[in-house]
Amino acid sequence: MRGIISFGGYVPYRRLDRSAIAAVMGQGGARGTRSVASYDEDTTTMGVEAARLALRPVDAEPRALWFATADPAYLEKTNATAIHAALRLDSSVGALDFGGAVRSGIGALRTALDAKGPTMVVTADIRGGLPTGADEAAGGDGAAAFLVGTEDDGPVVAELLGSASATEEFVDRWRQPGSPSTGQWEERFGETRYGPLAAQAWKEALGAAGIEAADVDVAVVTGSHSRAVKRVAGQIGVARVADDLSAAVGNAGTAHPGLVLANELEQAEPGQTIAVVMLADGVEALILRTTDALAEFTPGLPVADQIADGAEVSYATFLQWREMIQVQPPNRPEPTRPSSSAAARAQDWKYGFVGSRGTESGTLHLPPARVSIRPEDELDAMDPAPMADVGATVVTFTIDRLVYSVSPPVVFAVVDFDGGGRLPVELTDVDPDAVRIGQRVEMTFRRLYEAEGINNYFWKARPARSGSSSE
Amino acid sequence: MASHGIKDQVAIIGMGCTQFREHWDKGVDDLLIDSATAAFDSAGVAKDDVDAFWLGTASSGMSGLTLSQPLKLEGKPVTRVENFCATGSEALRQASYAVASGAYDMAMAVGVEKIKDSGYQGLNAAPAPHDGTKRNLTAAAMYSLVLPAYAARYGVDEDELRMVVAKIAEKNHRNGALNPLAQFRREMPAEKICEMASVAGRLSVFDCSGVADGSAAAIVVRAEDAHKYCDDPLYIKALSFVSGTGGGLIDPDYDYTTFPECEMAGADAYRQAGIDDPRSALAMAEVHDCFTPTEMVLMEDLGFCERGTAWKEVLAGTFERTGDMPINTDGGLKAFGHPVGASGLRMHYECWLQLRNKAGEDRQIDLSNRNLGLVHNLGGYPGEMVSFVSILGPEQG
Repeated sequence: MRGIISFGGYVPYRRLDRSAIAAVMGQGGARGTRSVASYDEDTTTMGVEAARLALRPVDAEPRALWFATADPAYLEKTNATAIHAALRLDSSVGALDFGGAVRSGIGALRTALDAKGPTMVVTADIRGGLPTGADEAAGGDGAAAFLVGTEDDGPVVAELLGSASATEEFVDRWRQPGSPSTGQWEERFGETRYGPLAAQAWKEALGAAGIEAADVDVAVVTGSHSRAVKRVAGQIGVARVADDLSAAVGNAGTAHPGLVLANELEQAEPGQTIAVVMLADGVEALILRTTDALAEFTPGLPVADQIADGAEVSYATFLQWREMIQVQPPNRPEPTRPSSSAAARAQDWKYGFVGSRGTESGTLHLPPARVSIRPEDELDAMDPAPMADVGATVVTFTIDRLVYSVSPPVVFAVVDFDGGGRLPVELTDVDPDAVRIGQRVEMTFRRLYEAEGINNYFWKARPARSGSSSE
Repeated sequence: MASHGIKDQVAIIGMGCTQFREHWDKGVDDLLIDSATAAFDSAGVAKDDVDAFWLGTASSGMSGLTLSQPLKLEGKPVTRVENFCATGSEALRQASYAVASGAYDMAMAVGVEKIKDSGYQGLNAAPAPHDGTKRNLTAAAMYSLVLPAYAARYGVDEDELRMVVAKIAEKNHRNGALNPLAQFRREMPAEKICEMASVAGRLSVFDCSGVADGSAAAIVVRAEDAHKYCDDPLYIKALSFVSGTGGGLIDPDYDYTTFPECEMAGADAYRQAGIDDPRSALAMAEVHDCFTPTEMVLMEDLGFCERGTAWKEVLAGTFERTGDMPINTDGGLKAFGHPVGASGLRMHYECWLQLRNKAGEDRQIDLSNRNLGLVHNLGGYPGEMVSFVSILGPEQG
């Protein structure tokens, strides 16, 4: 039986207190917080983080990588290839984007559950809207990744019992490419369309699973029409509707059903039936049952832990990061675009954070080198040294208020990796006043900057928040 | 294989140096013409007497044409060299070797930088095409790592150490105030520097070298010919250069309290010059005070004092112009200014004046017991740098 072998949700570190919006603007906002992707994150980098978390608990290797987002870092160019490179997947593993629509995330997951071979589905989104609008406050940023396959590929922790889809063309929410905000038709119209579509898909999915609604332990109900979502959640007749994380995270759009499902799976017991219903230009419905393997499954980093571990971002900084306001940059040259050919030659280093280690000395070289700094290593006597998942400790640090940055100041540290090796590296998700010598850090994949339309991806270090970096 | 040096084989017979400042009214060509003309006049020669030229500039022009065109040099070899902030010294090193080899009778080294036409603050070099993984950090921030590391290693209070390096800036400003060619002619008390906002680590803008335009030039001949042109030539005792492996960046044993490339270049220069104890042999040193902590560490790397003691010597006034070991008597990069390609030659220009007793009554150091001078010029960052050291003296032998 095909199902989910592993999964990981990613919630970025920063939170916007929704009440901060009205405090500045005089209107807008709401209660609670929303998650905020940092200035150096995009849907691709958050997808990498979720996929790394999903691969951490298991040995299995995906044979396909599908990436879905409504906020792609690139059009024309495939975004999944950067995730593919960061995960160091074999070149024979295909990487595809499911682009544009909020529905594409759940769609990719459902398609993977019908497909062949171990498939990694990565969903990510950055949700926003014009200042004071409902979407600005209600949106959230995040990512979720699922490794889908059969028992041949690895222990399945949640098997698919049945699924269904219902589709109809109607314009309820829309956005022109490049626009900062999403349009929405008068809400009551959408509700009249989503109701019957949900009933149809739900009935069909239950039928495919061969169960009744009352057999479902918990249903994840999400979508892009909040009134319809609420109504459907109240009507489907399940024992419990999942916490949709709206109080702390907000609606993470394309990634949202996956993020909420990951959170539920992290708290579920073996033998539970979990449904996912997503309302977006129609309805997607999945019914899963957790297996005994779930008891043996340790999440890379639970969603709940990530939610608990956030730190506030001011509304002014949020507006700046989302490019709603421009601030004066330092009077220094902007960075230049990375060379495509140089980046391609350095792919394992740049995307995979792979250094080299002298075969005799064991000395780590970051970036990888052909000639060792130790005389005992012969030319080219180097082994690849993947360091992305190795923890490190801050040896010393500095705050640079002069250098160009989208969000100054730059916090920079010299870090020593567990087991040997050192790198001077930029820190992120950190408050300058909170850095200290001896602090534990871990590597995170980020977009350093964009120049001439080219995104420059590389790694930074952030204060450790996952089990992997403990010494 | 050995670094033999060319002790006493080559002498400087003339030098020129422009004022270092924001030369809004002078371009690269003007600065080059001004320093070269001053050097020709100083040596009493014409441009046609010089057989070969080395031009040092980090980013103000490419190729020998940058010099041969404005000076209208006919049929002469001109080589443009670049070695980060040690570019000016590199030009002198190459010109000296060319003369020592016998290939030319007379050579000229010219350094220049036109920084202030960029429209940006500070120093900015256009990067070569790259893979986008190089660190994004100013030199100031890299050198700011020295302070906490030094404080931890030697048990010095961080606030006290911050004051120590501000005293270095204060001294260099005091020296610059006396120097008509220096960019900054105003004294700056250390207490005031400590009160300023930090821009990188604990460093303020006044812990950084002055950003200036400028040019300096030197003419060299074989030592035996020197007196044909000059009554009091300055002999080159040593020229050393070390370009690092960059290993400090990735070596967990490196602790940011020393610059091994500088220590190595210094040791090589002392060997070439036959100096056992630099502190007792040298009358003065011009060192690369790009940031105040750099000068402090260099005092130890160049053997002017024991490791862990430079901070005390700074407070004791050892490195003052009138102290036991005068350092950066012209104001240094801090107060004289730092037009990258010119700085190395500017440092030699100060030795040219001081060691020949020509610095002027109000600035002249005491030469009664010692008459050797040292120039130290580096480029790069802690962990990955190039370092130059020369030793000069007014007498052969």
